[in-house]
Amino acid sequence: MQTEALLHAPEAATQPTLVVDRLKAYYTTKAFGIDRDIRAVDDISLTVAKGEIYGVAGESSSGKTSLIKTIVGAIRPPLHVVDGTVRFNFSGQSYDIYDMKPDKLQAIRWRHLSYIMQGSMNVLNPVRRIKHSFYDFAFAHMGLDRATFWDKVRDHLRRLDLDPGVLDSYPHQLSGGMRQRTTIALATVCTPEFIVADEPTTALDVIVQRDVLAMLRDIQRDLGSSFLFVTHDMSVHATVSDRVGIVYAGRLVEEADTPTLFRGARHPYTQHLVASLPKIGDTTRRASLPGRPPSLADPPSGCRFHPRCPLAMDICSREVPTMTNLTPRHRVACFAVTGATP
Amino acid sequence: MAAYMIFVARRFGQLLLVVFLGISATFFISHMTPVDPVAESITAITNFGKSDPEAIDLMRKTLTELYGLQGNLFEQYVTFWSRLIRGDFGPSLSAFPTPVSQIIFRALPWTVGLMISATLISFLLGNTLGALAGYYRKSRILKILSLGLIGLQPIPYYVLAFILLILFGFVWPVLPITGGYEMNADLTLSFTLVLDIVRHSILPAMALVLVGAGSWLTGMRALTSNIVTEDYVTFAELGGVGSTRILRSYVVRNAIVPQLTGLAMSLGAIFNGTVITEIVFGYPGIGTLLINAVHAGDYSLVLGLASLSIIGVAIAVFLIDILSPLLDPRIKAE
Amino acid sequence: MFTIIRDLIRYNIEFAIGLAILLLLIGAVILSFFSPYPAADIYVVPPDMPPDAEFWFGTTSRGQDNFWQLVIALRNTFAFGLAVAFLSRILSLVVGLTAGYAGGRVDRVLMAINDSIMVIPHFPILVLFYFVLKDEMNWLMLVLILSALGWSYDARLIRSIAMSLRTRPFTTQSVYSGMSMRKILVEEHLPYVMPIVFATTMNNMIWSIGMEITLSVLGFTDVDTPTMGQIIYWANSHSALISGIWWWVAAPVVAIIVLFIGLFLLSMSMNEYIDPRSRLNRMGS
Repeated sequence: MQTEALLHAPEAATQPTLVVDRLKAYYTTKAFGIDRDIRAVDDISLTVAKGEIYGVAGESSSGKTSLIKTIVGAIRPPLHVVDGTVRFNFSGQSYDIYDMKPDKLQAIRWRHLSYIMQGSMNVLNPVRRIKHSFYDFAFAHMGLDRATFWDKVRDHLRRLDLDPGVLDSYPHQLSGGMRQRTTIALATVCTPEFIVADEPTTALDVIVQRDVLAMLRDIQRDLGSSFLFVTHDMSVHATVSDRVGIVYAGRLVEEADTPTLFRGARHPYTQHLVASLPKIGDTTRRASLPGRPPSLADPPSGCRFHPRCPLAMDICSREVPTMTNLTPRHRVACFAVTGATP
Repeated sequence: MAAYMIFVARRFGQLLLVVFLGISATFFISHMTPVDPVAESITAITNFGKSDPEAIDLMRKTLTELYGLQGNLFEQYVTFWSRLIRGDFGPSLSAFPTPVSQIIFRALPWTVGLMISATLISFLLGNTLGALAGYYRKSRILKILSLGLIGLQPIPYYVLAFILLILFGFVWPVLPITGGYEMNADLTLSFTLVLDIVRHSILPAMALVLVGAGSWLTGMRALTSNIVTEDYVTFAELGGVGSTRILRSYVVRNAIVPQLTGLAMSLGAIFNGTVITEIVFGYPGIGTLLINAVHAGDYSLVLGLASLSIIGVAIAVFLIDILSPLLDPRIKAE
Repeated sequence: MFTIIRDLIRYNIEFAIGLAILLLLIGAVILSFFSPYPAADIYVVPPDMPPDAEFWFGTTSRGQDNFWQLVIALRNTFAFGLAVAFLSRILSLVVGLTAGYAGGRVDRVLMAINDSIMVIPHFPILVLFYFVLKDEMNWLMLVLILSALGWSYDARLIRSIAMSLRTRPFTTQSVYSGMSMRKILVEEHLPYVMPIVFATTMNNMIWSIGMEITLSVLGFTDVDTPTMGQIIYWANSHSALISGIWWWVAAPVVAIIVLFIGLFLLSMSMNEYIDPRSRLNRMGS
């Protein structure tokens, strides 16, 4: 199958680590006689190259979290995949997340594919000491005897400037920042090739945020892993991501290398996101976008951004714009940019 | 640890309050009677033939003292408490002059044994099935099992025990339906005796388990289906942690503390059920003793049983209450 | 209200079955007013007749028509359950709303009492009541006693809702506009807890009727008001099972089970409808 996404692979020579192709995932609910589909992920294609940090940006409830949950195969009914594929390439082998046995999938988790959750109180089991989490998550994947395993874990913690004493603590005994750094240590202890980070710094205060971001960058440099980095915070993308995709109401609307995106965004929504960043010395008021993010249960027809778009044309409410390449590494889905031919 | 001690102290205060309220209620209920217990008892005794007026007068005096009925209401209340603290409930009327406390302590092991084993079985069974049903939501076997147990849950203990009695006493008589052991059993400790006691406890225990397990199941299933959406479960799933491990160490481990609190709160109801079930099967515990005491008009025995039930249940509640936080490190260190 | 019931019937099979059972039983209750025999009269029909076309549920050894006894008993049992539920709901509303709204020391004192009543074993207390009251123990007395014992669990439930209502802006607004506490509780908070009160009514009836049945089977109630437990009491005292008059026992036992399952299904489906968490579970979001 010739995939749209493959055409945009940054380096055609090496296999991208992640290929998402025309992925659709909906929440289908039936309750007290009301059946509805919430199109949380609607026809999204993207690739992440080896060693690349791919940023996903978008407002809350734009479907970012559903997108990454679908990508890592962590969906639970009523969210289900309607169409499309998610394929990972680890050490020369290809894995289709939705076409493999559960135990196989379980075997690649953490070894190759790991996940950093939003830094909340509840990411680590509150009633068990942290060492148990390390044991449960990593021991089976590392194939070491116990003593070597714990040596390795302690080494890893020290390398990340964490006191190995955290292993004997309960999650509630650690501060928010410590907890998040421990979670990151847990996610990286098996040196995975692909790491998904979902708003890893959102719940932290600014100083801690900077530490955690620096830590993530270091890890990426050390391990050479690919990252799928999700946050609504554009300033974080500016410092961390190599490439950024903008998600609006379940769809990808623009994607480009970070410098290109911040200097020459084309989609009116991206332009708005970039323009709303504070700049030193700039005292003009930030314009806020009129209207609210659309309901995914009942999205606007055509381009989902058109009710809030300053450039909206007739066609925008009728046709869905497709992702079109402006340059090999810059894609956008907007009739105002690509001309009014769908 | 200091926080835990404060917690224990507060629970202990609650224990004292329960005992105070319960015992006071017992006292005032027993004193609002339009019937004079002394006169009642005398009638009961004189029914057997003796009716010497002088003897009756003496008897009245003795009984009034034995029942702690001299003086005004407040004095009687004080007497009641002071006797209670000494564990002295007076002599039983129906088994005169055996002290009430002795009769009660003879029946107590039966009730405690039946209650602990039945509660343990129904708690384990209900919680295990509930956790499985909440985690593996599609399993048909679990759905049918849950439906069965949940359907039995609203049926009163008496009615369910009665149905078992009919089923195993008349329809398919394979199990002993009455008593705690064979009538003429040799009561020295032996394997046969233990087997006999176990056989006699099967039906009462079954009644208690069948009624009790459903509510643990419902509670655990609801807790489980809430906990599986918690971040730490999702995270463990993403970490490739096996599902049995997730269920045991992540889901059940977190749900068990609220379930234990629930156990403490429903202990009074479970005690009621045990006592009622004993009555149906003529099991030689507190329940049967209570009914016999009522029929025999044994004032001090009824009062002693009511008081002791309240104290016993309150202490059990207290113990579960202070032990369950030990499973949750957050409360200990708070 | 009507649309809620319609939706529940249509989409919640438990509710539909529970409602059908309850309506059937209410039909029987209405029928009881047309009984050809006064409830307390004995030897009005030939005794010990097995069920047939004339006596649907047979006749008892006391010469009563089992069917009519049963429907009259059902009426009394229902009335009993409703009376206890009504009185204990009032108590739990007063305690729950006050504790939840007032908070602080009032809350602590009320909840300490509440929890004590929750863990005190009721059965020995009820037996003690019978023991001291003997013939004074009538229908009304038992209603009052069970109402006094049966409010604590639901008061806790109502308190937890009242606590969350207290922090809502409309409460603050009412306080600043000078409404009295009583007025806030009755006019502002009561409507929010009413659904819970309805759902707990079913559970409370299950509890109180169960207690009543147990006590009457043991003969610890007024033996002349026929209730479901009463029928079993008389059947037992005539050794109905041993003499093969099985219908005398079977009819009330089956009726009790049907009644309880009906009440339980209603309470379960109403709880599910009210509790946003279990609804969310159903919707899965």
